[in-house]
Amino acid sequence: MTAQRHAQPMSAGRNALGLAAATALAERHRIRWWEALPWIAGIAVFFLFPNYLAFGTQVLIMILFALSLDLVLGYAGIITLGHAAFFGAGAYTVGMLAQHWGWNEPLSGLVAAAAVAGAIGLASGYVLLRTHGLTLLMLTLCTMALLEEAANMGAAYTGGFDGMPGLNFKPLLGRYAFDLLYFRSQYLYVLAVLFGCFLVVRALVHSPFGQSLTGIRENVLRMHAVGAPVRARLVIAYAISAALAGVAGALFTQSNAYVNLSVLGLDRAAGVLIVLILGGYGRLYGAFVGAIAYMVLEHTLAKAYPTGWQLGVGLTLMAVALYAGNGILGLAAALRRRIRAGRGR
Amino acid sequence: MDLISILLGGCAAGMVLFIVSVGLSVTMGLMGFVNLAHGGFAMLGGYAIALAMRHWGLPFFAALALGFVAVAALSVALERLFYARLYRASELDQVLFTIGLVFVMIAAVTLTVGPETQTLVLPEWLRGQVDLGFIRYRTYSVAVIVAGTALVVALWLGFERTRYGAMIRAAVDNRRMAESLGVDVGRLFTVTFALGSGLAAVGGGLGAEILGLDPQYPLRYLAYFLIVVAVGGLGRVTGVFFAALLIGVLDFVLKIEFPKGGTMFIYALTLALLLWRPQGLFGRRGS
Repeated sequence: MTAQRHAQPMSAGRNALGLAAATALAERHRIRWWEALPWIAGIAVFFLFPNYLAFGTQVLIMILFALSLDLVLGYAGIITLGHAAFFGAGAYTVGMLAQHWGWNEPLSGLVAAAAVAGAIGLASGYVLLRTHGLTLLMLTLCTMALLEEAANMGAAYTGGFDGMPGLNFKPLLGRYAFDLLYFRSQYLYVLAVLFGCFLVVRALVHSPFGQSLTGIRENVLRMHAVGAPVRARLVIAYAISAALAGVAGALFTQSNAYVNLSVLGLDRAAGVLIVLILGGYGRLYGAFVGAIAYMVLEHTLAKAYPTGWQLGVGLTLMAVALYAGNGILGLAAALRRRIRAGRGR
Repeated sequence: MDLISILLGGCAAGMVLFIVSVGLSVTMGLMGFVNLAHGGFAMLGGYAIALAMRHWGLPFFAALALGFVAVAALSVALERLFYARLYRASELDQVLFTIGLVFVMIAAVTLTVGPETQTLVLPEWLRGQVDLGFIRYRTYSVAVIVAGTALVVALWLGFERTRYGAMIRAAVDNRRMAESLGVDVGRLFTVTFALGSGLAAVGGGLGAEILGLDPQYPLRYLAYFLIVVAVGGLGRVTGVFFAALLIGVLDFVLKIEFPKGGTMFIYALTLALLLWRPQGLFGRRGS
């Protein structure tokens, strides 16, 4: 029966349609022309807005942090309330190495931060990812709270509640010193690191590994049934994402020359979640759009009207959850489809 | 402080945790809805109660009843308007929506009442200390313990001995089966949601003297309410009661004995416990 159906010639229309779909699938990973735009814009900002580079650096760090969350939340479908745990782990690793052991070379600091945060991600992922739903939410929240309390308690190492202000880092590559006034070198440094990490994430989500993560998100049972090592995949994705979040945290400490408890709190974990959701999760560039939209608005509104800002964020979140699960990019895609459909008629 | 007074203080805090969290446990168990805004209902109730007593001079019990009714009504409106649309949505959407709702509640309270801490104006008979025979202790804490105990008995009877309670238990254990037996789970949920939010409001008011009451309340205690529910097990009244007592007493003792790292122990304990029994201490596997 099956053989017979296969033997029948496909109609020409279906064949063309199938070919188009197959081409789209096969070329999904190709780099499009517009993908250069964010990086051109990033460099343009450096020359056009020299007075806003401190703020720009924070936006870039947020993009990297949101990108790391996208890997677990958008692609692997792991819902976590505790992603700031890894951001904080990276931030404190770099801070403590510089403060106590005189290890203040920035690039190797990033590697150390990625290793520590990745190891914490691997260990916690290994034990936590056997659960799901509410229990997983709780466990990620508890892990972050544990780290926060540990940072608060170990004042001898972490500076406790006050954190570690006034850290010193060596010049980049031995030549470009960090300046805390204009953030020129920090900005380019963070932009370059973000670019590198983005290439890694981009390659990862289009690889068979990334495809299997999407498969797990869409249908766990089926992935089990086809024999995919579901839990191992999730744990590895979680660890990679944790390492990237650790790099973001390390960049935070290095560029600002301080670290304190704010890197580990629920505020930061909720903030990055909001950024990613606002931009659109599971689509790589959501982190960029969300971080820029959220942080520019916060920068201009939050200081003037803190309560109004909170009200606005709350209402936006409610609206996004109810009407626009895919964020700004999702809305844009829907709009584009509509316009195309309109033209077709 | 001697052991008994520490235990009493912990019990009072545990009772407040129980009154606030029990509704969350049942509604989460019924619908699997991740409602992070539950603490917000407790805060709104606390504000309604505190303000009604101070500005309108309502007596204590009348204010509690007012808080219960007002918040229950508000929660039904929210449930019908918004929550109901998200039952089939992903957990992520539920988390986002309820976090957004918490922000809106915090901002609304800050805008209308102000950011400062609210205190209850207690009636004469609840002030001072009372002689329990073996110890003199704060009357208010003793009253909260008595009220909490009465409530858990009442809820237990309601759950185990009434038809309505049986319907809730059936729906928590197996929603599909309950529905095919003719239980209208949607309506059951609306009613339970209203009752749970109303109780949270009462807990917010009663607990104002113990947990404090200010606009940041729902976020500050979010982890605690969730821990109590997760440890107690979803949809288990007695489980939540014992979990709340355990967490309340532990938190109270640890904050006195180890002022700095006490909370860390609770988080670590919760982590270990949930890894050992993901369904909570008193929950059933697979529910």
